Amino acid sequence: MARQPDGPPPPPTVQKLRLRYTKRGPLRFASHRDLARALERALRRAQVPMAFSAGFSPHPKISYVGAAPTGAASEAEYLEIGVTRPCDPEAVRLALDASLPTGIDVVDCVAAQEGTGSLAERIDASVWRIELAGVEPAELGSALAAFLARDVVTIARRMKDGLRDVDARAAVAAATAGGEPGCAIMTVVVRLVTPAVRPDDVVAALAAVADLRPPSPSRAVREAQGRLDDTGTVADPLGPDRLASTHCQGERATV
Amino acid sequence: MTGETLYPRLEPLLAQVQKPIQYVGGELNAQVKPWEDVPVHWALMYPDAYEVGLPNQGLMILYEVLNERPDALAERTYAVWPDLAGLMREAGVGQFTVDSHRAVADFDLLGVSFATELGYTNLLEALDLAGVPLHAVDRDETHPVVVAGGHAAFNPEPVADFVDCAVLGDGEQAVGDITDVVKAWKEQGRPGGRVELLARLARVDGVYVPRFYAVSYGPDGTIAAVTRTRDDVPAKVGKRTVMDLDEWPYPKTPLVPLAESVHERMSVEIFRGCTRGCRFCQAGMITRPVRERTITGIGSMVDQGLKATGYQEVGLLSLSSADHSEIGQLAKELADRYEGSNTGLSLPSTRVDAFNVTLANELSRNGRRSGLTFAPEGGSERIRRVINKTVSKEDLVRTVTTAYANGWTQVKLYFMCGLPTETDEDVLEIAELATEVIRAGREASGRKDIRCTVSIGGFVPKPHTPFQWAAQASAETIDHRLRVLRAAINADRRIGRSIGMRYHDGKPGVIEGLLSRGDRRVGRVIERVWRDGGKFDGWSEHFSYDRWTAAAAEELAAFGVDLDWYTTRERTEHEVLPWDHLDSGLDKEWLWEDWQEALDEEEVSDCRWTPCYDCGVCPTNGTEIQIGPTGRSLLPLTVVGS
Repeated sequence: MARQPDGPPPPPTVQKLRLRYTKRGPLRFASHRDLARALERALRRAQVPMAFSAGFSPHPKISYVGAAPTGAASEAEYLEIGVTRPCDPEAVRLALDASLPTGIDVVDCVAAQEGTGSLAERIDASVWRIELAGVEPAELGSALAAFLARDVVTIARRMKDGLRDVDARAAVAAATAGGEPGCAIMTVVVRLVTPAVRPDDVVAALAAVADLRPPSPSRAVREAQGRLDDTGTVADPLGPDRLASTHCQGERATV
Repeated sequence: MTGETLYPRLEPLLAQVQKPIQYVGGELNAQVKPWEDVPVHWALMYPDAYEVGLPNQGLMILYEVLNERPDALAERTYAVWPDLAGLMREAGVGQFTVDSHRAVADFDLLGVSFATELGYTNLLEALDLAGVPLHAVDRDETHPVVVAGGHAAFNPEPVADFVDCAVLGDGEQAVGDITDVVKAWKEQGRPGGRVELLARLARVDGVYVPRFYAVSYGPDGTIAAVTRTRDDVPAKVGKRTVMDLDEWPYPKTPLVPLAESVHERMSVEIFRGCTRGCRFCQAGMITRPVRERTITGIGSMVDQGLKATGYQEVGLLSLSSADHSEIGQLAKELADRYEGSNTGLSLPSTRVDAFNVTLANELSRNGRRSGLTFAPEGGSERIRRVINKTVSKEDLVRTVTTAYANGWTQVKLYFMCGLPTETDEDVLEIAELATEVIRAGREASGRKDIRCTVSIGGFVPKPHTPFQWAAQASAETIDHRLRVLRAAINADRRIGRSIGMRYHDGKPGVIEGLLSRGDRRVGRVIERVWRDGGKFDGWSEHFSYDRWTAAAAEELAAFGVDLDWYTTRERTEHEVLPWDHLDSGLDKEWLWEDWQEALDEEEVSDCRWTPCYDCGVCPTNGTEIQIGPTGRSLLPLTVVGS
């Protein structure tokens, strides 16, 4: 059996909070690990009563859901934390937001309601907005049409162990072209699959099917994450908790 | 316009490089001040990768001290990895600061902190990327004044052609004086141009301006004389010493990066200076005397720093932290304060002393109990007398065994190899020691899974130490001794499997030796290496020994000297050393006596507890030892929100 430290076990989790936060401006270059470090420290500065795992190296209880890739901005990142005493979600949101660097902004926080299911199972797709500077909207439109007409578009993605073929087409549920002269904007709904299809992969796929090669690197922003319904809409993953809490107003306390 | 942000041009490049987060700034506690609001602009550089440079205490301190002034701003810049450097050259984007992404070339001053000489090629790369002429003589009044600092600045001669000045000693007050000089000169309309500015700087205490000193050489290649070329600059430049550290509680709000760095913790410097007298240790020699922060001063820095950063661990930093006069009480009272808060406290490597195990136990009460690190430095009792770090073999084994018995399962031991007078036998004793430690440790702890890691590096003689005259061991000697040591450790597998060995080969140490004790002629070697593509010399994947040896052979031949002349050659008593006109306060005659005593295996005591042995520092600089105990204690903190 593993050795256990002396002393009492850490206090248990009494409440789970679910948060939506952003990755804006220059902080789009933060990796998932960078964000995790920043969040853990901000939780300590904000004095959120975090629950910790037991053992010699206690870790705060935080679970991340579907992190945006390095270089991609996001308006909709999600995580769940466990706390050791009941907290007012809005007070936690404000305190944590104030402790985080500008660009990582906490925009929503709800208490997880029992019986509504896990956060992870409420997310199976992302809406991406991809800016292609130097590309005309019409050019993008015809490239997208060519892309959507295919069943499979294989692109090579650089992995740790070299190039690997990935199908960028099957995961795309919908895609539209817009923007203004000199800067096309693609809005694309991508299903969560393994291996994940990233915004860069979709841009690479347009080069593969229509030889569309933007003169400068594209800029992607994740605008939403959630469950994709039959109408092509992505639902708010915090919705079920919000709905349940309005029916049964829980006990509130300040941080 | 100067001071304009380069970010819009940099951003598309960042999408194409590794770890772009290191270039965007926006760290917690970073500061951005409007350019036009202040007359004096400092760019502060740590000449290595961001992950190494960001946690550097010296740079963080100066960043805060300067930004607190209403008439100055300071921004940071780090060495750019080759992937981004290539893209920057293509796109015409210059070396930039991470805070506001301003061009380094726009600043009034570029301060570069050299903790190690292996950063020299990165300085040249940064100057070139910035569009600043490589050689100080080619710069005009529109270019930043390049100021070197840090421990390597005690012999800046190898980079004398590339820097405009060097600051010796503590920077807190010196940067203020330099700021005053630059501000006045600018306000007066830059009279006399760059030369006049440098002449004014040369009159600031602790500032050395190499161009005002001429070096001549004798027929045997040694320095004949170093003479000043103007009589309004000092013949000998002294060092700066900050007294009363409690008055300088920096960094108050340490920087917290988003990117991963080499130190994922906050550091509080609990004292500066060390008088243990370890003869190999340049830091201990050039930072004298010992100046302690008080227990209450440390307590409030820990408290404020944790609140400002959210770090989970605090390192109590100094050259020999267990020697603080209030360390026992400090450890206990800090541990009491942070009981139940998952806050870890740690000491850097310590001397081998049973008391240090007690300390470590106390400090690890609330956090993670990782490993313990001791630094015996020398393998045999004899060599430990030579380097003046005396501890008997019995005490060493007993101390490490106590650590295992107290539940520590990983002990790391630091050693050096290639010390003066060293033989294979001295190094082989490390294997015996590690074997005994494991054997006794298994018995004392009743466990088989304890580990001992032997970490060993080649010794490099440094200026301003008693070993400044010593012959450096060749790379072949170092590699040979590491080989026989490894074989000895592996000889008994039942014990050897519990012993790890970490080491570096001897080659980088030889180049560090060339740069440490080099003179101005070595500057040509550095430039040649950089022109041939050398940079990031502290990284084994970038360091090329062959490139250095080829450049040294070609550039030094004309002077009748070579790589060996600078490294494996023992110096004689009256040889003019390249740094003799730079004064750490240490009396050269005392250093020579100490060198002779080292050869005789004689020890010297610590002047904190025994009478002064006249090293020269305090009378030269008008300083004194500042130690406690103060008799004060730490009160419990009031918990916020309760």
